[in-house]
Amino acid sequence: MKTVRQQVLRRSLLGIIGFALTASLASAASVSEVAPTEWTDQLGRFFSFRDPSLRYALVGSILLGLSCGLLGSFIVVRRMALVGDALSHAVLPGVALGFLWNMTKDPVAIFIGAIIAGLAGTSMVSALIKTTRLKADTALGLVLASFFAVGMCLLSMIQNLPTGNKSGLNAFLFGQVAALGADDIQLMGIVTGIAVLLVVLFYKELLTTSFDAGFARVSGIPAEWVHHGLMLVLAAAIVIALQAVGVVLVSAMLITPAAAAYLLTDRLHRMLMLASIFGVLAGVTGAFFSFVGRGLPTGPLMVIGASIVFAAAYFFGPRHGVLARWWRQRQSASRTERENTLKALYHVWENDGYRDVGVTLRGLAERRRETLDEALRRSEELQHHGLATINRDTVYFTPEGRQRATEIVRNHRLWELYLTNTANIAPDHVHEDAEKIEHILGESVVRELERRLNYATEDPHGKPIPGPRDIHVGPVVELGRGDK
Amino acid sequence: MSELIPSFDWQRVMIDPWTLDLSLYGWIFLMGFCATAACGLVGNYLILRRMALMGDAVSHSVLPGLVIAFLLTDSRGTTPMFLGALVAGILTTVLVESIHRRTRVKQDAAIGIAFTTLFAIGVLLVSLFSNQIDLDAECVLYGEIAFVPLEPLVTLGGVELGPISLVRMVAVLLGVAVLILVFYKELLIASFDEALAKAMRINPTWVHYGLMAVLSVVVVSAFEAVGAILVIAMLILPGATASLLTDRLGVMHFIAIGHAAISAWLGVGLGVWLDCSIGAAMVVGGAFVFGVVWMGTLLTKLKRQRSKPQQSGATVSAPASVS
Repeated sequence: MKTVRQQVLRRSLLGIIGFALTASLASAASVSEVAPTEWTDQLGRFFSFRDPSLRYALVGSILLGLSCGLLGSFIVVRRMALVGDALSHAVLPGVALGFLWNMTKDPVAIFIGAIIAGLAGTSMVSALIKTTRLKADTALGLVLASFFAVGMCLLSMIQNLPTGNKSGLNAFLFGQVAALGADDIQLMGIVTGIAVLLVVLFYKELLTTSFDAGFARVSGIPAEWVHHGLMLVLAAAIVIALQAVGVVLVSAMLITPAAAAYLLTDRLHRMLMLASIFGVLAGVTGAFFSFVGRGLPTGPLMVIGASIVFAAAYFFGPRHGVLARWWRQRQSASRTERENTLKALYHVWENDGYRDVGVTLRGLAERRRETLDEALRRSEELQHHGLATINRDTVYFTPEGRQRATEIVRNHRLWELYLTNTANIAPDHVHEDAEKIEHILGESVVRELERRLNYATEDPHGKPIPGPRDIHVGPVVELGRGDK
Repeated sequence: MSELIPSFDWQRVMIDPWTLDLSLYGWIFLMGFCATAACGLVGNYLILRRMALMGDAVSHSVLPGLVIAFLLTDSRGTTPMFLGALVAGILTTVLVESIHRRTRVKQDAAIGIAFTTLFAIGVLLVSLFSNQIDLDAECVLYGEIAFVPLEPLVTLGGVELGPISLVRMVAVLLGVAVLILVFYKELLIASFDEALAKAMRINPTWVHYGLMAVLSVVVVSAFEAVGAILVIAMLILPGATASLLTDRLGVMHFIAIGHAAISAWLGVGLGVWLDCSIGAAMVVGGAFVFGVVWMGTLLTKLKRQRSKPQQSGATVSAPASVS
């Protein structure tokens, strides 16, 4: 924006001329440019809430965060994130035409122009996809950039006009909450209210069409109409957010808070709630720093605020966060490793005819084709989890360990038999698959497998499949020896 | 309205730029043509690989790379500019991948998050350091193609080559053309048949990242002339027009170059006539060409349907498969 350069110029001039100039600056786009105050003064002004334009800025950013977060949730779950981006760029020619209507920044004229341009853009995208072989992404990018270029042409033509009150028009590019006026706030309030009302009224329809198009069709919900209605409300929300965030970054206010919420919950109503809170948070943070930073563009600051929230959810989300996922993967990897050790111990034990004297480390190492050190490390891991005990060079199952080992072997052999019998896979091809599935088969699936295989006792390779008795009491041979 | 749209003066709009003011508009035309042609050549592959929106993303996110490179080296040289853009372009790709591979967030949302964040950082840096770097936020959006003729001319061995950003753009265009010629087979196979590409030991990941790297260099060299958002138009419009007209990748390249020339010419005319930003006018010209081609294909389709009404009727009413 030119204002950035002008601002630097203005400040240096202020130093020389002083107060003589402040009067002419009163109409500047940013309230904070009025006087060259220190940022601590600005901080004081911010928290005293005495400035009317500051109050407008705050209320405006709260309203826009709310509506963007709410509607953004739907575009994120419906995989239309970049439709928001295209829509926000396509409204620019409408903004310019709305301004030309009566040569002033009349919110209602700009609002109507922008909505018409936005809807023209989205219908053009659908028309392109329907009538040509261009894919959705190409059509979106094409419409986005072409409409934006038309808007840019119009805006640069307006800048060259001799008449009209053009101040604040540049705010549409990168956003300036300080440029919001009372009539803007009024419009934002109305649109946000309508958006909230519509979401509450049509929650069921929106939910169904977003997640289960088939069910929506069967229950007679007009998915097309829901889509078009959502587009219309979305266009309205984008237009009211434009002045504060700017054309370029408004899509981030739609996508980022909603995506952060999506990482934190599985329920749509909670996601809507969280996304609105995150949107408001990002909006207010952006307004705050823009005010304290004296005329920094608000849009980028809001977006960075939203991105920080997303980054936090990305890393620290309790269920879908990267750290939680990494921790779970590590847990499951080490559990798989322990179970594989248990299985190897069982195999050695089985080959020895279930002798009660335990398995030597050497035997384990040979079975797994590993060094003695590795076998010892594995056994210590088992001991640590109470699945085995080590006495000198011999590993003994604890009852719990023996039970888990028998279960794993049973799962493996059952699955191999199931694949050979039911899926007709050659017996020498089933081992790899069983290696993976043995760790995750649950008890109910095992019951079902046993039933379907008529409680078979031998796997395709002729090895016995342990039954419930073997698991809970122990192999018969071992019992016999133990009795002696 | 009459003061908004000046009357169309044939002499002023169509003749003067190419005769009297050739030293001015000649450079602007060449810059527009080279930028659109280079973008269009790369854009062809973006369209084929359904990555048009990665072009959108990279064209925004090179901004922080550019600004940081300028701030660090305290210059506006070519090397830091390209390096910054490369790093930013690759960073975008990595960010997008790590968001949509590791979480349940889908790729489109991941693209949206990654590039807006980087672009926001870029705009903020521009606003904070606008007195130190010769970029302003407006130039970031729609470039300053009108300033190209004002740049110092580069001379090589006593011969004046042209304004520096034009020389850079020509070099990038030639580089892109050479790369496409050398790696044509790899690009073709990796774009159309990933399985075959794997069988032929063409690593799709390398092709992907290579394309992204070339994209960032092309985007950044066109950036100064036309700005972030219009770059997307230049990436997509030539290829989209070409893919309406032909099925052959080789032919697409030539159509894209032709489209670039026409849209640059239309842009100069439109810009002079309406006295608006010439960069934006070039995109409007390109969009106009696309619109004409689109209408043309629609009309021929309609004609064909009319000449064979029964056949087309049969295909339309074919029942959907019953599951």
